[in-house]
Amino acid sequence: MSADLLKILFGRFTLDALPLHEPILVGTFVGVAIGGIALLGALTYFKVWGYLWHEWFTSVDHKRIGVMYMVLGLVMLLRGFSDALMMRAQQSMAFGANQGFLPAHHYDQVFTAHGVIMIFFVAMPFVTGLMNFVVPLQIGARDVSFPFLNNFSFWMTAMGAAIVMMSLFVGEFARTGWLAMAPLSGLDYSPDVGVDYYIWALQVAGIGTLLSGINLVCTIVKMRAPGMAFMKMPVFTWTALCTNILIVAAFPVLTAVLALLALDRYAGTHFFTNTGGGNYMMYTNMIWIWGHPEVYILILPAFGVFSEVTSTFCDKRLFGYTSMVYATLVITILSYLVWLHHFFTMGSGASVNSFFGITTMIISIPTGAKIFNWLFTMYHGKIRFELPMMWTVAFMLTFTIGGMTGVMLAIPPADFVLHNSLFLVAHFHNVIIGGVLFGMFAGINYWWPKAFGFKLDDFWGKVSFWFWVSGFWVAFTPLYILGLMGVTRRLRHFDDPSLQIWFLIAAFGALLVAVGIGAFLMQIYVSIRDRDTDRLRDDSGDPWGGRTLEWATSSPPPAYNFAFTPVIHDLDAYSDMKSRGYRRPVEGFRAILMPRNTPTGLYLAALSFTGAVGMIWYVWWLAGASLFGIFAVAIHHTFNYNREYHIPAEEVVATERRRTTLLAAGA
Amino acid sequence: MSADTHGHGDAPSHGTRRTYLTGFALAVVLTAIPFWLVAGGALGNAQTTALVIMALAFVQVVVHMIYFLHMNARSENGWNMMALIFTLVMVAIGLIGSLWVMHHMNLNMMPGMRSGDAGGM
Amino acid sequence: MSNAPTMTDAGEPVFYLADEHDHEAGGSTMLGFWIYLMSDCLIFAMLFACYGVFGGSYAGGPRGSDIFELPTVAINTSMLLISSVTYGFAMLAMDEDRKQATLVWLAITGLFGMAFVGFELSEFAHLFAIGATPQRSAFLSSFFALVSTHGLHVSIGILWLVTLMVQVGRFGLTTANKRRLMCLSLFWHFLDVIWIGVFTFVYLLGILR
Repeated sequence: MSADLLKILFGRFTLDALPLHEPILVGTFVGVAIGGIALLGALTYFKVWGYLWHEWFTSVDHKRIGVMYMVLGLVMLLRGFSDALMMRAQQSMAFGANQGFLPAHHYDQVFTAHGVIMIFFVAMPFVTGLMNFVVPLQIGARDVSFPFLNNFSFWMTAMGAAIVMMSLFVGEFARTGWLAMAPLSGLDYSPDVGVDYYIWALQVAGIGTLLSGINLVCTIVKMRAPGMAFMKMPVFTWTALCTNILIVAAFPVLTAVLALLALDRYAGTHFFTNTGGGNYMMYTNMIWIWGHPEVYILILPAFGVFSEVTSTFCDKRLFGYTSMVYATLVITILSYLVWLHHFFTMGSGASVNSFFGITTMIISIPTGAKIFNWLFTMYHGKIRFELPMMWTVAFMLTFTIGGMTGVMLAIPPADFVLHNSLFLVAHFHNVIIGGVLFGMFAGINYWWPKAFGFKLDDFWGKVSFWFWVSGFWVAFTPLYILGLMGVTRRLRHFDDPSLQIWFLIAAFGALLVAVGIGAFLMQIYVSIRDRDTDRLRDDSGDPWGGRTLEWATSSPPPAYNFAFTPVIHDLDAYSDMKSRGYRRPVEGFRAILMPRNTPTGLYLAALSFTGAVGMIWYVWWLAGASLFGIFAVAIHHTFNYNREYHIPAEEVVATERRRTTLLAAGA
Repeated sequence: MSADTHGHGDAPSHGTRRTYLTGFALAVVLTAIPFWLVAGGALGNAQTTALVIMALAFVQVVVHMIYFLHMNARSENGWNMMALIFTLVMVAIGLIGSLWVMHHMNLNMMPGMRSGDAGGM
Repeated sequence: MSNAPTMTDAGEPVFYLADEHDHEAGGSTMLGFWIYLMSDCLIFAMLFACYGVFGGSYAGGPRGSDIFELPTVAINTSMLLISSVTYGFAMLAMDEDRKQATLVWLAITGLFGMAFVGFELSEFAHLFAIGATPQRSAFLSSFFALVSTHGLHVSIGILWLVTLMVQVGRFGLTTANKRRLMCLSLFWHFLDVIWIGVFTFVYLLGILR
């Protein structure tokens, strides 16, 4: 085959792009291949493909989609954490003559991938998955406003993750850090495929997230049950609303800035280049206009979880509901006014720096108000230290400290010393792990019984909890110390041997976290294995004495969520119902209109994947064909007007009757 | 359910032939004036011209919103207006913030480029 | 919220709607599409911001006054503005359930839209011919990015319009099709609003500078 023909067919892909000379990658590939084949083989052997296709992959049910998001997040957590272990290992050994085991070329990809994966493919899916599952149930709706778009959003996120994972074995990933700052990410300094993998993974996933944001805003605005005024919504729904407003307000900026970077790389434009009038600080500016709201997108749902968990496990209405709502709204608006604090040191001068420093300090106030509200809820409450409550208390202690280091960083002169040091790294891990991740674990333990009909195992949950909390502190306190001593982030080798002890302690902390993750996996395995035992099984649908509407349904809820749409009278709707002698209806059921499943979302996302691969590798025919395919499939889909069906009344009757029986048996 | 889907209650108003033609006429005038001002230089001063045409652009946007998009505070129970106002606030923050930040960056960090080449609008 | 009963006649609270009827899909569509347009507005806003930052970065190459031609811009603006009005007439015909008239006005709108894109492409061809390419300077990069993004949106709008013409032609002015036409209406007028920003801040101010 002529070289020209190969170039047309395969773009810039050559066999050199396969990392056959890198033992770590070859080993990983072999492991993944074996595990993957085993998994696919098992699925085939047990003949579950049909079930998976019809009940999960093509499902437009928000509950199924929510669970799929959580699975995606969990899988990517394992990948992202492997990157963390590698970094800790490298940094604990690479002193003086010892160069460690990761050359710079590889190490730079590891820290970039770690950040990208943890933010975009672990935290975002967890947060989105939780909101997807819970919000329609909490507002008494049958599904989200746009069920098909919901399915499509999930698959776009999954394909974004697939694109990043592909970079592990074909070509390489970006070596720029998780935000790919220009001009390092421009064509002059990163001519290889790495940054292109980054750009397209995030554009594909970003479309999914943006649509999901629009979807949930509409759902909360338009589909609340009658009587549920805004000030009677559960706090988790409020935080979900604000989160999705932030998504709609912030993700377009990410789309724009990555598109401009792509234009620089593909079309030779001069937005962020060193020459031709380009100004790479505009990249920094735009990426952080997105980046700061992004971290609030991550934390607000966690705050919502803590509100629900605290009031449930203290058997008490949440203290200061109104101030909680206003605090959330203020945080939402203010999060758009602080972004420059990420680059105080880049020379914008005193007036600009002071403005943003002040706004950054102000934004800590509503968060503080929330912490006080949670504490006041606990005060004089009947506290039950189930796992969700344990995670909540750990959050309060951990996140508060992380928040305080944030206020330290908000002071520009202090930031000039601490910017891009390990102090910064410790701060953001402190708030993301202590805030977002602990919130996700609380939410998973809290809502798992609703999703599956059995609780998560308590013992392994506690093991996971203690190893995570202790591991976090052991891993990151040394980083605070190192940062204050002046150690820069993202280094792979150090000359000063007196620093090594701190890195060794941090590495030990990472191992503790690894045990915590292992215990979490064990918790899931044991819970599934023992799901029918009395210890774990829940037939009531309300194992915790819940206060909000989702606990009024069976566990798991039927496809239609509520046989009759609820009517709301007060905050903590389900508590209100229980206290006023609500009796579950047992007759009069009707046929229920539901949206049909569809494979179109998956097809469109798959075509986005192939299109992205085409763009990354310069395989123009593939990119073009995929784009054409996307338009064709989308237009074809619009010719299908038959998107709903009725669940027959008999089926509703049967489902509800089963529940009546279960409830009677448990009573 | 929160049944805003029923009937035409909150459906966007659709205007009449008259409103479209009025909007069109206003838009034509609001477009022609800026073009004429720039082509003919009638106002002499470039700065004043710039301010005038920006003001006229803003007015024309409002005309489009009212006569073509039928924007009002009632559609979708006020959510359309709320979303629009919120977006405009975000747009203002993004635009003004970016210009302010970049202007100061350029001023401090690219001293040779102060006049002419780099800089804002 | 709806007028659901909250108390029975006996004064007891009602906790569920026993007498609910199916509500059609699409109740959230207009709001959802409007919110999508707001997000699109933010993308354009950032492109405008870029133009604001890079608008003076000529890199020794051509400035706005060198390359912008008022007659071309005036023609383009008229094409788009007329297409907005003709779409409005299409919506009026749709309200009156006049399928043929709707299709005719949609076709006319599409033609004016295509004229807009055509004139824009020929303007670009001319600019390329004189060396004023997006690769020449940051000013030109941001000019082309902003104007092309708008033009791409118009092109996709035309594709959408043609698709809807086929669907209305085949299935008639159903509720679903009317909803789709209303969404396209929002899209189309929104693009005209963005164009006001483009011709003012890019072309007119660019010539003035």
